[in-house]
Amino acid sequence: MSQFLRYLIRLVLFILVQEFVLYQVPPLHHYLTPVVYYLFILWLPFTISRSGLLLLSFITGLTMDFFTKTPGMHAAACVLIGYIRPFIITVLMPRQSNEFNYREPSATSLGLAPYITYVSLLTLIHHGSLFMIQAFQFGNITYLILKTLGSSLISLLLILVVEVIFTRKQKFITNT
Amino acid sequence: MRNLFAFIRRYSVLLFFLLLEIVSLSLLVNYNKFHQAGYMDAAGEITGSIESQYNKVDGYFGLKKENESLRRRLNELQNQQGENFQTPDTTVKLVADTMRIDTSSAHRKFLYMDAYVVNNSISLPNNFITIHRGQKQGVGPGMVVVGPDGVVGVVLDATDNFATVMSMLHKQSRISARLKKTGESGRIEWDGVSPRRVQLKDIPKSVKVQLGDTVFTSQYSDFPPGIMIGTIEKVIKEQSTNNYLLQVKPSTDFSKLQNVFVVKNLQKQEQEELENRLKQKK
Repeated sequence: MSQFLRYLIRLVLFILVQEFVLYQVPPLHHYLTPVVYYLFILWLPFTISRSGLLLLSFITGLTMDFFTKTPGMHAAACVLIGYIRPFIITVLMPRQSNEFNYREPSATSLGLAPYITYVSLLTLIHHGSLFMIQAFQFGNITYLILKTLGSSLISLLLILVVEVIFTRKQKFITNT
Repeated sequence: MRNLFAFIRRYSVLLFFLLLEIVSLSLLVNYNKFHQAGYMDAAGEITGSIESQYNKVDGYFGLKKENESLRRRLNELQNQQGENFQTPDTTVKLVADTMRIDTSSAHRKFLYMDAYVVNNSISLPNNFITIHRGQKQGVGPGMVVVGPDGVVGVVLDATDNFATVMSMLHKQSRISARLKKTGESGRIEWDGVSPRRVQLKDIPKSVKVQLGDTVFTSQYSDFPPGIMIGTIEKVIKEQSTNNYLLQVKPSTDFSKLQNVFVVKNLQKQEQEELENRLKQKK
């Protein structure tokens, strides 16, 4: 129950910060839009089932959409990274298979370099799909690429800040 | 049949993924219907109440600027009062003809209702504003919204106590506009790039346009005529057409929006009925 409550509070905080802080500040440049709410999906535990992960991603995206009044836009991008996440974790997981020694992906559980790869890959995919869905409505290909790269860069910078400020204490879980 | 079930079982995650993607994309495609959907009313009330809580805090930061612009507007109206005019020549009789609601309500065309902005975005390609005034307070779809400094947007949907407004900074926003100096009318659109620039189209190249010229709402728009939209900042001659592409700097600062007025056109229904009669005859 306390686990559930913890994730619920995390979701609410991410959505509120995204909507009321990051989407409210006047953008530095129209290529640089910071988006970090999907970190909630990246921080979900390893043990979650794949369809549960997809459903949670969909709910996260849709909640965001209710605030920005863009039905399905964030939801589509979130479901995509929710689907891809297990594949990337399988590839990046250390060979000793200490999958269940830690609860959720972090720099300690995956190792620093694999964790950075994990976050940057999913950030690129999320931003790419999000801005592509927007670009169906207007824009061109250079705009899309530049916006994806610029926004990913500034989002990763913010994620770094989040990771440094809010260190998640990870317990080493053993069977014995 | 067994193979089918085996297939579904084997690829259940992939199928679930595709199903959710299809649901999201169909929501996106049925974009305009989304606002009419029943669950949207409930969601709108919930997000609206969160937004108004947030705005109670955020509102204080822009209070000074907001006061200034409201005071300017008040000053303008005070100067129009009848008792401001007096003449020593007794043969001249001044009559104040400011309209009174009680006697002249039959002639009223536009009704202004004040509203508080509770949510606003400018960084997205499609920006919406949420105001704390809804159907119970007389707001309905199609009404227009102006701020103390000029045009803001059009009401798209209203729940009991809140309404969503399509901002001028929305790629589907179309506002009929007129140049103050020469009187030509065109169309205001937004390309989604910068919140400090909107585009004025359909002005022929034969018109003399200067930087800094004022752009007003035209009498053909849903807005009351003569509401300020902005000033011309850059003149671009389109190669392929005979028209200018004018970059207009909006007079409203969308990032500091707090108090707005919802404008109801009381004669709109009558005008629409008459225009529809013409269509039916054809």
